Amino acid sequence: MTCDSARELISPLLDAELDAVQASEVERHMQTCVACAELKFEYLQLRERVRADAPYYSATEELRARIDRALRQAASAEDRPRAPWGWIAFASAAGFAAALLLAFVLGPNFFHSERAGGDLIAQEVVSSHVRSLMAGHLIDVRSSDQHTVKPWFAGKLDFSPKVKDLAPQGYGLTGGRLDYLDGRPVAGLVFQRRQHVINLFVWPSQAQSGSRLSTFAITGFNIVHWSEAGLTYWAVSDLNAAELREFAQLYSE
Amino acid sequence: MADTIAFAQFEKAVMPHLHAAYNLARWLLRDHHDAEDAVQDAYLRAFRFFDSFDGVDARAWLLAIVRNRCRSVLGQSSRRADVAEFDERVHTADDSVSGPESGALRNAEILSLRTCIDHLPAEYREVVILRELEQMSYKEIAVAAAVPVGTVMSRLARARIRLKDCITARVRGVAR
Repeated sequence: MTCDSARELISPLLDAELDAVQASEVERHMQTCVACAELKFEYLQLRERVRADAPYYSATEELRARIDRALRQAASAEDRPRAPWGWIAFASAAGFAAALLLAFVLGPNFFHSERAGGDLIAQEVVSSHVRSLMAGHLIDVRSSDQHTVKPWFAGKLDFSPKVKDLAPQGYGLTGGRLDYLDGRPVAGLVFQRRQHVINLFVWPSQAQSGSRLSTFAITGFNIVHWSEAGLTYWAVSDLNAAELREFAQLYSE
Repeated sequence: MADTIAFAQFEKAVMPHLHAAYNLARWLLRDHHDAEDAVQDAYLRAFRFFDSFDGVDARAWLLAIVRNRCRSVLGQSSRRADVAEFDERVHTADDSVSGPESGALRNAEILSLRTCIDHLPAEYREVVILRELEQMSYKEIAVAAAVPVGTVMSRLARARIRLKDCITARVRGVAR
């Protein structure tokens, strides 16, 4: 083994990250090479010193409490609209049956929940996506520049959607258009992943706190929904669910 | 209710790594308040994306999110992003390292090491912290830092050479 290649392997040797063959080769080299043996000694000293002297900054109890509060708030913000269904699901079987009967008697609107509303919107989102591809009305403003697309919406909408180009991550912005969903004009942003078109619909929502990603699949289309900073986001595509979810994560970052 | 279960699972898997999260953020941002804010943001984000956690290594998964938060904070304020604009005063006016036992020389040693780590570029600093203070394997660091294992190896080796040189230079500087 040459000195150069040995030098590169001393650091992983000390971290126990070399396989047995490589490790014994480096060790053998150091038996005859003073410079490399010295380097190993210096690395060892450095490691001891860093472990002993570099402060480990621990989180304070205040931070723990603060995060705990914020998480509970975020969790309950999501739970609330679904609370009736949640309770029913965890009630006794008899209670569950009774509740179902009640729901049947009172009609579906009585237990109308955000989830049901969400499913309706998901349907609308898919229809809008399909229509945009069929009618050839995918894009009103064609640009891969977020600084062109975002101002285009000004004056057409009463809110300003976040516009982010994810071309470096493989989700290139191709443009935007106006659409109509959930009884209001919304921003439609169009992205391209290989041969797949992603429509991202954005409009204001009542919920001020953010929500976790939820995924739906309707007639072969994948849908990812989340909300943050007072806006609700619906991404829809025939792209596979994992990549669409990745897109949503990148977008909300 | 499903979310209540998700919340309990999240707490169990992710809350134990709060110290690791703060330690990394504190080293990357070099500021207590910024680090606390970044960690809180990271936790909320982690909670929102908890579905994407594969259940294997919650610490590496969380630290990847913390690191991303820190990166975007650093990106927003180029003031702090640049190592050249590194503020030496922050490091001299910190009493967290002085205990009753430690003498002035010892303090100087500790300060000098810390300054050298702080002077490392962020991508070197993070691998050093994750390796030496969290004692993570290269594979775990690769997850947290979102780079291949080979990159972890070469970054660590380079970081160590820089650290070694920095410490040596400071010792000479003091002796002169």
